[in-house]
Amino acid sequence: MTPLPPSVVYTPGSQVRSPLSLLAAIWRDMIESHELSWRLFVRDVSAQYRQSLLGVVWAFVPPIVTSLIFVVLQSRNVVDFGEVDIPYPVYVLVGALLWQMFVEAINAPLKTVTAARPMLAKINFPREALVVSSFYMVLYGVAMKLVVILAVLLIFGVPLHWTLPAALGPILILVLCGLCLGLLVTPFGMLYGDVASGLPVATQVLFFVTPVVYVPPQTFPFSLIGTINPVSPPLVASRDLLTKGVLTNPEALAGLTGVVLVGLAVALVIYRAAMPILIERTSA
Amino acid sequence: MQDTLVTVDGVGKKFCRSLKRSLWYGLQDLGSELAGRGDRPRELRKGEFWAVKDVSFRLHRGETLGLIGHNGAGKTTLLRMLTGLIKPDAGRIEVVGRLQALIALGAGFNPLLTGRENIYVNASILGIPKQQIDRIFDRIVDFAGVEEFIDMPVQSYSSGMAVRLGFSIAAHLDPDILLVDEVLSVGDLAFRTKCQVRINEMKERGVAIILVSHNLHTISHVCTRGVAIDRGRVLFDGDTETAIDVYRESLIARNGKAAAEGLRGGTGEIRIARVEVLGRDGTPTPVLGVGDFVTLRLHYHAHQPVVDPVFNLAVHVLNGNQVTGVRTDVDGLRLGRLEGEGYVDVEIPHLNLLPNVYTVDAVAFHADGVTFYDRLNAAASLKIRGGLPINGTVYLPHEWRRGDVRQDALAGSR
Repeated sequence: MTPLPPSVVYTPGSQVRSPLSLLAAIWRDMIESHELSWRLFVRDVSAQYRQSLLGVVWAFVPPIVTSLIFVVLQSRNVVDFGEVDIPYPVYVLVGALLWQMFVEAINAPLKTVTAARPMLAKINFPREALVVSSFYMVLYGVAMKLVVILAVLLIFGVPLHWTLPAALGPILILVLCGLCLGLLVTPFGMLYGDVASGLPVATQVLFFVTPVVYVPPQTFPFSLIGTINPVSPPLVASRDLLTKGVLTNPEALAGLTGVVLVGLAVALVIYRAAMPILIERTSA
Repeated sequence: MQDTLVTVDGVGKKFCRSLKRSLWYGLQDLGSELAGRGDRPRELRKGEFWAVKDVSFRLHRGETLGLIGHNGAGKTTLLRMLTGLIKPDAGRIEVVGRLQALIALGAGFNPLLTGRENIYVNASILGIPKQQIDRIFDRIVDFAGVEEFIDMPVQSYSSGMAVRLGFSIAAHLDPDILLVDEVLSVGDLAFRTKCQVRINEMKERGVAIILVSHNLHTISHVCTRGVAIDRGRVLFDGDTETAIDVYRESLIARNGKAAAEGLRGGTGEIRIARVEVLGRDGTPTPVLGVGDFVTLRLHYHAHQPVVDPVFNLAVHVLNGNQVTGVRTDVDGLRLGRLEGEGYVDVEIPHLNLLPNVYTVDAVAFHADGVTFYDRLNAAASLKIRGGLPINGTVYLPHEWRRGDVRQDALAGSR
């Protein structure tokens, strides 16, 4: 007789009572389901382009259109975005592409989980695989946008600095920040459609309080934009590293990294603990 | 071999009738879960009811347990708790070993991807590593019978093909415990047979199986033990035949109520009072054997004189199709003028129905045979005792005879 395999116990009690062991279980499942995460990612990417003529192009259209609008506004002196020390189109294009990475990251978890709902309702697979696969999806978007950013830099003749690869650091923090926020709202988004409706509105507001198309203001109270808005430090740092080869505000970046990592752990615990309750309420 | 693989102790689950309220309770539960509060409140909130209540049983290695109950009795909810998809609201479930559910066939199929790609994704969701899929890939495709279509997108598959592919993937897993929920009803007969063979193979390897099916014949053939559930409670846990009997009793009780509550309609000059099932000795006989003599007595009450009414008794499988029936007009019987209370008898010398529970609907028509005076659904039930060795409803009186063996042919083949 083979020894009995490990057992699982289901009780009504709360799972978050022992958050550390829950976190350990989440970590274990993440490692164990790496193949599933990858497969889901490959499935989504390959399905994405099968019913599309322009395919990959759609990844760049929104930020480029946004940039064009602001370039036109700026060139006609309709609005003043402040003095930039690189060509304004480069500033706004790079900014908008970075912003798009963040937006995709914030939307990714809810989008993936919603699409996987029938599967979630019927199969008990490691739920973390969905989060990881949505993270892969975000990284895929990042990679493609980096290619466009490089093209922009070359076209506008911006000198390429040796610090260029270092920009990957703040970019990672930027998308992890988005992923963390998106994952935090996902459980509520599974119950109520309000979250899915509210996310675009919230990101639009966030767009205008983030120095994407304008220079971070130095005077109070607008200078808060650069300090309390969590998106500002990694976005500004990434853009500066990409275009000027300097790292701005490393303290804020370091602080944010810590916050994001803790936030991600919290979001994962909530997501895991909430899942059975959500499945019960959202499927017959 | 008495390893207990599944232990269910006093398990309960609450459901809510209104969606809006259900979502709101979901938010509350989410709050208390995240606040780390222990037990969820055992009492019901407004609009809630127990979909599963105080259910306890144990499943051992090598056992095949049939879960029997009507729609909404809580079978699927129970299975969902066993798989860990939803949490119990009361009690405790312990599962030892790898549990696999044949519930979601082809979940996670992407319609734009080919069958080949979907096999890898689906198997991966079910937890099979890639090397293993590579090894069993051909068997999966072969089992599903979709060789020619394997590189076509799944959206161009017929629904039957997609389900077959889904089943085929799930059927090639290697679990310790298998949950099967009504999947044996998909596909054509040949495929259903393949599924049964596959499940039997697993059974022989010592896999513990829980089977949910409305097909009592399947349950009776495959299962070593039956659990009958009604309204979320266990009515019986023990041998399969008794469990099926208990289930039928609960169906009769439920059906009787439904008939009483149902609308009768009709023009109403004559009413059917009741239908009696009488044995050979003329006394009411609720349980009969295959081929027994039986008299069905239809009592009527004509409030005003009616001429040549037509009486019809229709026999149904409980909750199912009509099996047969008798009509006075078809049999050429003119009843003449009826008034007041009375009855008509129909004698059946051999009730050649296979063991099961059947209900009898009684209808009184006008002489035209179309407009009706009255109809009484489930006026009586016929319970034929015995197990379910044969699938079907009708017993054919028969005899077997063995033919001569041709010795010369035998010698020639050697």
